[in-house]
Amino acid sequence: MRDRELTERRLDEAAEITALLRDLLIVRRAEERLSAMFADGEVPGFIHLSIGQEAVSVGVMRALRVEDTLASTHRGHGHAIAKGMPLEGFFSELLAKNEGLCRGRGGSMHVADMSVGMLGANGIVGAGLSIALGSALAHKTLGRNAVAVAFFGDGALAEGLVHECMNLAALWKLPLLFVCENNGWGEFRPTSQQLAFALGDLASAYRIPHRIVDGNDVVAVAEAAEAVVRSIRKGEGPAVLECMTVRVRGHFEGDAQKYRDQAELDAMTERDPIRVVCERLAACGVNDTDLDGLTREVDAVIEAAVAAARRGTDPDPVAARHDVYTDGAAA
Amino acid sequence: MTEIRYLKAVNTALSDAMDADPSVVLMGEDVGEAGGPFGASRGLLERFGPSRVLDGPISEAALAGAAVGAAMSGLRPVVEIMFMDFTTLVMDAMVNQAAKVRFMFGGQTSVPMVLRTPHGGGLGAGPQHSQCLEAWFAHVPGLKVVCPSDPASAYGLLRAAIADPDPVVFVENKALYAMKGEIADPPAPFAIGRAAIRRSGTDVTIVAYGAAVHTAGTAADRLAERGVSAEVVDLLSLQPWDEATVLASLSRTHRLVIVHEAVEAFGVGAEIAARMAQVGFDELDGPIMRVGAPFMPVPFSKGLEAAYMPSVDAVLQAVDKTLE
Ligand SMILES: Cc1ncc(C[n+]2csc(CCOP(=O)(O)OP(=O)(O)O)c2C)c(N)n1
Ligand SMILES: [Mg+2]
Repeated sequence: MRDRELTERRLDEAAEITALLRDLLIVRRAEERLSAMFADGEVPGFIHLSIGQEAVSVGVMRALRVEDTLASTHRGHGHAIAKGMPLEGFFSELLAKNEGLCRGRGGSMHVADMSVGMLGANGIVGAGLSIALGSALAHKTLGRNAVAVAFFGDGALAEGLVHECMNLAALWKLPLLFVCENNGWGEFRPTSQQLAFALGDLASAYRIPHRIVDGNDVVAVAEAAEAVVRSIRKGEGPAVLECMTVRVRGHFEGDAQKYRDQAELDAMTERDPIRVVCERLAACGVNDTDLDGLTREVDAVIEAAVAAARRGTDPDPVAARHDVYTDGAAA
Repeated sequence: MTEIRYLKAVNTALSDAMDADPSVVLMGEDVGEAGGPFGASRGLLERFGPSRVLDGPISEAALAGAAVGAAMSGLRPVVEIMFMDFTTLVMDAMVNQAAKVRFMFGGQTSVPMVLRTPHGGGLGAGPQHSQCLEAWFAHVPGLKVVCPSDPASAYGLLRAAIADPDPVVFVENKALYAMKGEIADPPAPFAIGRAAIRRSGTDVTIVAYGAAVHTAGTAADRLAERGVSAEVVDLLSLQPWDEATVLASLSRTHRLVIVHEAVEAFGVGAEIAARMAQVGFDELDGPIMRVGAPFMPVPFSKGLEAAYMPSVDAVLQAVDKTLE
């Protein structure tokens, strides 16, 4: 951080870290389940998975409350689940069911749950920043002690809207946290070929405090997020949290990633967020984490949600036409 | 009844809406201290303070996008875009976000925001400060579009737009800002989606909106001198538009001319003509005529611009053609 001294509370209690591990597993196993269902042709459209990046969602959400809001990206499953979107509503939406939280009209790229402040994944790269900006403005204007979070990828940094939003957030001193998930890729090319600047330099141009964390270490993300969110909540204005992470899967499911090095892909398992958090647990003396048992427990919850989603019904085209406008007039 | 100017009607509607609902906020370039580039928000910063009247930087895309997020989070933002030509920069916020949020999130939330913006030529403002782009927005499911023609409708539609739960594009006309007109005391809101019959007639229906309503009115005066009785329908709302009122008028007059300042090709008039050809076919005794701007940018020179703007003579020619 440049001009703010932040005191960090260390997360060293085994129970807290185990809870984070469980949250990581929920996102991981939910997406692995989706990946298998997608391969079987059960999930329509196309999906972008956040496998390998779950520590960012889970760590940041650790610092948020239910009244805090977030705007997400095309890779938004983790943000939605970690913010508290119910798994049944999530899977129902991905399976295009009427019981989905978006009634089968949004799908993967538009999962949203207003009741937990998840203002939507977004199919337009960079658009979520301005939505979060506006949400932060509402929090401030209405005197709520809430924070808005804009999640975005490193590729989004090349969009002009990022500049407008950072300038405005700083100018209006909004309670807005910018979270960049820097996975080094924007679609099929490294972002080093797409960006002539570093995010830290950009943030400092707006005098917005910027901090880099290991985005694969959920404890590090949670500690950093807690510290920055606390300062934002105190009214000190926006901050940028840059989480260095790894995109394990292709840009979308079905992308064979022929453009990536085998060495890079191998190194990823070393930094797997679940492995990293188990090491964290070991470091605070917990050597008997029952990862398999925890995974089975999480899988049972996911299986129940998938089973319920599969029992869902197809959306009704007439009802859909009446939902374009609030008064129900047919479009 | 009192007489006020169109610009003052906009100003009063903003002020009354902010009085009535503390969640209404204004944002835009120079809307605060300067009172708005055209003066529409004069006095509002002093009355409502900087947390509700937000002077924004020259960042149309972020301001419009922020309005979407703010509307999803409890505010009713009114964003001013200085010239309609600059709405090219807010298209993602309006088309992909504001218009779709309610539908694509399964009705979880609405987006109660208003985008105010002036269109229109005749002022020598040139190709990038004169365009009428309302048909672009009317083409997008999820958006509403209104275009008042006088002070009373400016007040009434702006109050309705701000109270509406869905995103509304409120199109003003720079050439009308100084226009004076009668307004009820207290002034009344107008229902979105309702047209007004400005003048009753029996021989031909002239449908228009915005400043073109006055062109149509002058044409109707001239037609009356020649013994032709024209009915003038002021659309007021373009999306949704009042198909029933237009069809009822056509059923009385059996002839239809549509007039707007926007480029004729692929415009609002094309939609109305197509619908009336379909649902009003049996009523038609002549071809449906459209009068709009030619397919070219708005030119700067006075002479070129005068030739560009849809004229009373062009309306008369169209009426003659359908009466043939
Ligand atoms: C405005 C816009 N341009 C392009 C795309 C296509 N697109 C989807 S994701 C993506 C890459 C984004 O990279 P990044 O922001 O780093 O996110 P990541 O995929 O790495 O999570 C692109 C170019 C889009 N959806 N929206
Ligand atoms: Mg990336």
